[in-house]
Amino acid sequence: MLRVLLLTLSVVAIAHAELCKPDAQNAFKVRLSIKTALGDNAYAWDANEEYLFKAMVAFAMRRYSSKSTTQISNVLLCNVTDRVSFWFVVTDSSKNLTTVPGSEVEAAIRMNRNRINSAFLLSDKTLQFLKITSTLSPPVEPSTPVWLIVFGVVLCLIVAGIVFLVVAGIQQRKKRNKESTERENLEEKGDVTVTVENGIPCEALDLKAGHINGVFAADDERFTSL
Amino acid sequence: MEKSRPLWDNPLQFVFACISYAVGLGNVWRFPYLCQMYGGGGFLIPYFIMLIVEGMPLLYLELAVGQRMRQGSIGAWKIISPYLCGVGVASVVVSFFLSMYYNVVNAWAFWYLFHSFQEPLPWATCPLNSNRTGYEEECEKTSTTQYFWYRQTLNISPSLEASGSVQWEQALCLTLAWLVVYLCILRGTESTGKVVYVTASLPYCVLIIYLIRGLTLHGAVNGLIYMFTPKLEQLSNPKTWISAATQIFFSLGLGFGSLIAFASYNEPSNNCERHAIIVSLINSTTSIFASIVTFSIYGFKATFNYESCISKVILLLMNTFDLEEDSLTADNLSEMKDYLMATHPQEYAQLSPQLKNCSLEAELDTAVQGTGLAFIVYSEAIKNMEVPQLYSVLYFAMLLMLGIGSMLGNTAAILTPLTDSRAIAARFPKEVISGVVCLINCVIGLIFTMEAGNYWFDIFNDYAATLSLLLIVLVETIAVCYIYGIRRFEKDLQTMIGRKPNWYWKVMWAFASPLLIISLFIFYLTDYILTGTLQYQAWDATQGQLVTKDYPGYALAVIGLLVAASTMCVPLGALVTFIRKRLKRESVPTVA
Repeated sequence: MLRVLLLTLSVVAIAHAELCKPDAQNAFKVRLSIKTALGDNAYAWDANEEYLFKAMVAFAMRRYSSKSTTQISNVLLCNVTDRVSFWFVVTDSSKNLTTVPGSEVEAAIRMNRNRINSAFLLSDKTLQFLKITSTLSPPVEPSTPVWLIVFGVVLCLIVAGIVFLVVAGIQQRKKRNKESTERENLEEKGDVTVTVENGIPCEALDLKAGHINGVFAADDERFTSL
Repeated sequence: MEKSRPLWDNPLQFVFACISYAVGLGNVWRFPYLCQMYGGGGFLIPYFIMLIVEGMPLLYLELAVGQRMRQGSIGAWKIISPYLCGVGVASVVVSFFLSMYYNVVNAWAFWYLFHSFQEPLPWATCPLNSNRTGYEEECEKTSTTQYFWYRQTLNISPSLEASGSVQWEQALCLTLAWLVVYLCILRGTESTGKVVYVTASLPYCVLIIYLIRGLTLHGAVNGLIYMFTPKLEQLSNPKTWISAATQIFFSLGLGFGSLIAFASYNEPSNNCERHAIIVSLINSTTSIFASIVTFSIYGFKATFNYESCISKVILLLMNTFDLEEDSLTADNLSEMKDYLMATHPQEYAQLSPQLKNCSLEAELDTAVQGTGLAFIVYSEAIKNMEVPQLYSVLYFAMLLMLGIGSMLGNTAAILTPLTDSRAIAARFPKEVISGVVCLINCVIGLIFTMEAGNYWFDIFNDYAATLSLLLIVLVETIAVCYIYGIRRFEKDLQTMIGRKPNWYWKVMWAFASPLLIISLFIFYLTDYILTGTLQYQAWDATQGQLVTKDYPGYALAVIGLLVAASTMCVPLGALVTFIRKRLKRESVPTVA
C-alpha cells in the first residue's frame, strides 16, 4: 500500500516536473522587483508568498470562467531564482496531466491584473508577466484642454488692456482738440498770445524738454522760429 | 505749432529699454553653446577683447547719433549725409524681417507656458498609441521632450517642400504674442517706458532663482567643471575669435536702428557714454550669468541620463542572469560584468550589443544651441526637478520677457521712422500706425506656423540679418568718422555730454572697429561661397532624429532676396538721392 502511494506520488511529481519547466507549453515566466518597488519595506519571498501567488492565479482563473474549478494545487511553480523570477503553469483538474491553454490563462490574468498587483503591493512594472502585455491606462484628459483655458484668460486681459488704452487715447485727443479749438477762438479774439520758442509753445517746454532761460523769457515777445 | 518729441520719463527708463532690448534670447541660447565649443572658460578672453574693441565703441556711436539727431534711423542718417538715407531704410527693412520671425519664438514660449499648468507635464510622458498597448512609435524612437517639440508643438513636416497647413494652435499663440507687443508699443515711449521696467528686471529674478536651484541640483557641479575648465588651445583657432566678434556684434543689436530710436527719445544732455558702457557690460555679464545656469542644468541632465543608462544596464543584467536585486550597483558594475563574462560567456556575448557603455563625458559633450537648447534641453531638465510646474512657468515666463523686450526694440526701430515722417504721422494717429505694422507682421508670420514653418524660421534666423547688419554698421562707422567728420562728431558730443571723447573711442571708431567688421564680412562671404550648396536639418519622423537635406531652388532664391533686399538699399538710396539732386539742379535754372 505504501509502495503504491509512493509510486503515485513520484509519478505525479515527475508529471508536474514535465508540465512546469522553463519554456514549457502554456507556461509563463513571472519576474518580481520587490526591493525596487518597496525599498526598505520589502518583504522576503518565501513559501508563504508562493502560496499567495498560487491562490491569486486560481482566483483569477475562477473569476474568468465562472464554471472553472481551479484549485490552488492546480497552479504549479518552478525554477524560483534569487532575482525572484519563476515559471508557473495551470493544470486542468478535469483532464489529467494537461495544462490549461495559455490564451485562457493570459486572458484571466489580464482581467484581474489589478487585484494580483495589489495583493503583492506591486505594479505592472514591478510584477511582470513576461509574455502578457498590460493595457496601459490612458492619461486623464479634461474636456477642455487646460492650455486653452489659460490662453483664454491671458487673451481677455490683453484685449481689455488694449481697449482701455485706445479709448483713453481717443478721449485725450478729443480733449486736446477741444482745448486747441478754444485757444484758436481766443487767439482770433486777440486775448491770448501764445509764447513760442523755436516753434514750440512755452507751456509744452515747461513740462519736459528744454529749459526756459529766465533772461530771455522775461518779455513776452514772440521768438522767431527757425 | 510743433508737437514736442515724446521723451523717456527718466534716464533709468532709457537704460532699462536698452538692456531689455540687448539682453535677449541670444544671451541664453547662443553664448553657452559658444562657450562650450570654443574652449570653455578660455572663451571669455576673446569675448572681452571683442567687447572692448568692437562692442562698446559701436554701441556708443549709435546711441550718440540717435541722441544728437533726435530722429529715427532714416532721419538720422539723412541728416549726416543725404546720400545715406539708404542706410536708414536698410535698417528698417532688416528690423522688419526680424520682427516677422522673432515673435514666433514668443508664440512658442506662450505655448509651453500654457502647457506648464498640468500634472504631469505633457513633455514628461509619451502619449499612447492607438490600440493602447504601448507608446507612440515616434516617441519611442526619440525622447519625450523632442517628441513634444517636433510633433506636438511644431507638427513638423519631413522637408521644406511639404508645407502642410497652418497649425491653428500656433496661430492663436502668435496672435496673442502680437497683441501683447501691440499693447506695449501702443502709446509709444509712454507705454514702452513702463513695460521695460518689468521686461528688464524679471529675467534677472528668474535667473537668480534658477542659479540657486541649478547649483543645488544633483550633478550640477559636473557640468560646471566640465564647461569652465579652459581649453586654451582653442585660442589659436580663428573660428574662436570670429565667433566672439560675431556674438558681441549681434548680441548688442547694432545696426537695426532700435538703439538710434531709443536714444532719440532722450534728453539732449543725457550722458550716453556712461550708458553705453553700462549697457554693454550688463549684456556681457548676463551672458556669463546665463551660461553658469545653463551649464549647471546641463550637468544635472547629463548626470541624470548617465545614471538612467547605468540603471538600465543593471536591470538588463539582473533580468538576463536572474541575479538577486541589489547585488549589482553602480560601484561594482564593472567587476560584475567581468565576472559574468567569465562565467557565462555565451549569454554575455549575446547580450553585449544591447549593453551600452555609459559615459558621463559623452552626455556632457552634446552641445546644443538655439531653439533646441531653450525648448528641448531645458524642458528635459525641468521635468526631472521637484515641483516641475513652478520651474517650468518661471522659465518660460523669463523667455517671454526676454523675447518681448527685444521685440519692443525691433518695433521701435520700424515705428520711429514712420512716426517721424510728416507724411504718415500727420494723417494717422500713432495707435493706427502701430496697429497696422503689427497686423502685417502677424499675417506674414503665419507662414512660420505652418508644418514646414520651422524650416523657414531657420532660413530667416540664419540669413535675414547677418550679412546686411555687418554692411550697415560698417557704412555707419565710416559715415560718422569720415563723411560727417570725427571732429564735428567730437564737438557734438561735447555739446551734449560736456566733454570730448578720449583717444580710446576715437581710435576704435576710426580704425579698429571698421577693420574688424571688414574682416568679419570677408570671412562670412568666403564661408558662404566655399560651402557651395546650403543645407538644413530636417526632422525625420521614422528615425526620430534630424537629417541633413539640401535647400530647394526657391528657398535659395528667398535667401538671396532676403540678403539683397536690405543690402541693396544702401547703394540704391545713394543713387536715388544723386538722381534727385541732379534733376533738381537741372530744373532750377529754368525756374530762375
